[in-house]
Amino acid sequence: MAKVEQKVLPLSGDEAVAYAVKQCDVDVVAAYPITPQTIIVERFSEYVANGEVDTEFVCVESEHSALTCCLTAAATGARVFTATASAGLALMHEILGVTSGCRAPVVMAIVNRALSAPINIHCDHSDSMAERDMGWIHIYAENSQEAYDSIIQAFKIAEHPEILLPTLVGLDGFVLSHTLENVNVLPDETVKNFVGERKFPLVKNHEGKMVPFKLDPENPVTIGPLDLYDYYFEHKRQQEEAMKKAYDVIKRVHEEYAELSGRRYGNGLVEPYRLEDAEIATVCLGSTAGTVKAIVDELREKGVKVGLLRIRVFRPLPMEDIVKWLSDKKAVAVMDRACSFGGIGGPLFHEIRHVLYDSPGRPPVVNYIYGLGGRDTPPNLIRQVYQELQKIAETKRIEQLVKFIGLRE
Amino acid sequence: MAEWKFTAKDFAQIPERFSPGHRACAGCGPAIVMRLIMKAARGPVIATNATGCMEVVSTIYPYTAWKVPWIHTAFENVAANAAGIDAALKALKRKGRLKYEHVDVIAFGGDGGTYDIGIQALSGAAERGHDFLYVLYDNEAYMNTGIQRSGGTPLGAWTTTSPAGRVIPGKTQRKKPIADIMVAHEIPYVATASVSEWKDLVLKARKGMEVEGPAFLHVLAPCPRGWRHDTSKTIEIARLAVDTCIFPLWEADNGEYKLSSRSKVIAAKPEMKKPVEEYLKTQGRFRHLFKPENKHIIEEIQKEVDRRWQKLLKLCGIA
Repeated sequence: MAKVEQKVLPLSGDEAVAYAVKQCDVDVVAAYPITPQTIIVERFSEYVANGEVDTEFVCVESEHSALTCCLTAAATGARVFTATASAGLALMHEILGVTSGCRAPVVMAIVNRALSAPINIHCDHSDSMAERDMGWIHIYAENSQEAYDSIIQAFKIAEHPEILLPTLVGLDGFVLSHTLENVNVLPDETVKNFVGERKFPLVKNHEGKMVPFKLDPENPVTIGPLDLYDYYFEHKRQQEEAMKKAYDVIKRVHEEYAELSGRRYGNGLVEPYRLEDAEIATVCLGSTAGTVKAIVDELREKGVKVGLLRIRVFRPLPMEDIVKWLSDKKAVAVMDRACSFGGIGGPLFHEIRHVLYDSPGRPPVVNYIYGLGGRDTPPNLIRQVYQELQKIAETKRIEQLVKFIGLRE
Repeated sequence: MAEWKFTAKDFAQIPERFSPGHRACAGCGPAIVMRLIMKAARGPVIATNATGCMEVVSTIYPYTAWKVPWIHTAFENVAANAAGIDAALKALKRKGRLKYEHVDVIAFGGDGGTYDIGIQALSGAAERGHDFLYVLYDNEAYMNTGIQRSGGTPLGAWTTTSPAGRVIPGKTQRKKPIADIMVAHEIPYVATASVSEWKDLVLKARKGMEVEGPAFLHVLAPCPRGWRHDTSKTIEIARLAVDTCIFPLWEADNGEYKLSSRSKVIAAKPEMKKPVEEYLKTQGRFRHLFKPENKHIIEEIQKEVDRRWQKLLKLCGIA
């Protein structure tokens, strides 16, 4: 049960994100428009123009500068936000690594869209999957409600003094970004109090003084120095340590938020759906989970023991939860909305199969690549996946490890 | 605003914000730029660097030459660094979370980071009107990576990517008029300066900080390694660049061009203007131009310098 009363607003995914950012007392937003993220920037511009937020809105000349501005604004002590998609994210690529390396807690919405070429504006996950190793926390939302909730949580996770990792929230382009949904929103004050003021950990500066980690003339620190073989490695190791600590922080923030809002997404890292006694399971990210859940219900009605594990947090990868929920299954299918050309299947498949290799049950795991460039993912496609999984479970034989579905072949 | 008045002694007593002990080469022009400009700051200041020599020599972890808060992110985006800092300061001040009345924001970029890879971020930040001083320390090539040509490398100069070969004698293109491009952005203040005229440089830096909005300061800063000259000649050569009108000193206050320092004197006494050979012969990067078959290039350089000087005089309402 929610502790606070909430309003229900008809919002698209993009609008839900903009609304959440408005409530988080963000100091600086620097952004550049790109379909299907543009509505976030537009709505936010309106909030600024109407005096509904006290935010410096920097309408930059490129995504590269958008993320750069966010990085240095965060380093100066501001709470910051940006949003992008596809080619915009690819243009930011260099600064994604710099942002995490500088430990700047930027929050960014990625409205997932296919990468060029050929140019395509519709949903897949190739954009954010290409940024897997850039040191960001990755959260994927199933619907606009979760996009709203996740953005609010993201500030608290990213800015946590023990974490200080930039965090991205992925929401599926058009499927969520442009679709109106009833979204429960918390009162402004509740969100403001929940996120709180930014706190700064103390670090030892070059004068040997313990100072807050930000650009402050009274307490100078040097951020982003040349860092060669004698220290670089340790700094990268620290980022990995922060990722490990993030598991608990994400779960705690999710729980604290759940108590206020009444909304839970599994344990915050993964969301199991009718998985407890399931014999076969699928794994996916994002909005596809909605369709999968409907098919799970349908098959359950027929007595087939099926379930779903939705990965909500992709980085840090919830390894323990994946083993816990999937190890004892008879067969597992991983649904990938991105392709790793020349590799073995999609990026999510690599990760899930890798984790399950060492699990006690080591179930057979297959991969379905679907929905690239916004190709529709109808219920029949999911039914097909479960049918094939049933066959694998019965015969204990995998005929095709990686399969592209829903396309002309 | 009232002009800042000080003597050399006053200036020497301002504590260093860019401290000694950094790892710049002997005779490094850009290191002089850093030191002088940081001393010109009014009070609380945040500095940011593009990737380049000055970022490298001043910050090898765990050491730093910066006694002020300082950040480096990448090569092509130092103006965006400054924009983000400016936006954060504005927001924090408005919300009562900044303990300073004002913080100067200074961005340093080399010629590679300014003329070439960084011009988009610079143009954007200028157009948006962020309150910061952008300092271009121009040593006329990518010195950090080993003397490759940039948009700021002058005509005829040898670099490792515009070598003086048997067929092509050094760089065949002219230097991009970057400061004029910044004037065309109609920002409040643009100026050129040379490490040889330190007081002019310091006053212009201060002025750039004092104006509301973006200011651009283009400083010629010789690099003994890349220009192939003795480390003791940095200041002399920088002065020759001014005296030959290869690098005239001027400022544009709200678009109004005005000559300054030695260039003002040369405009009044044209006989003081030295021929370009006097500058070119001091540096190994131009040595090949003195071969008989390349003599026409020196003539071309002289013609080009004269053309630009006349154009500048016209802009200053003199010619």
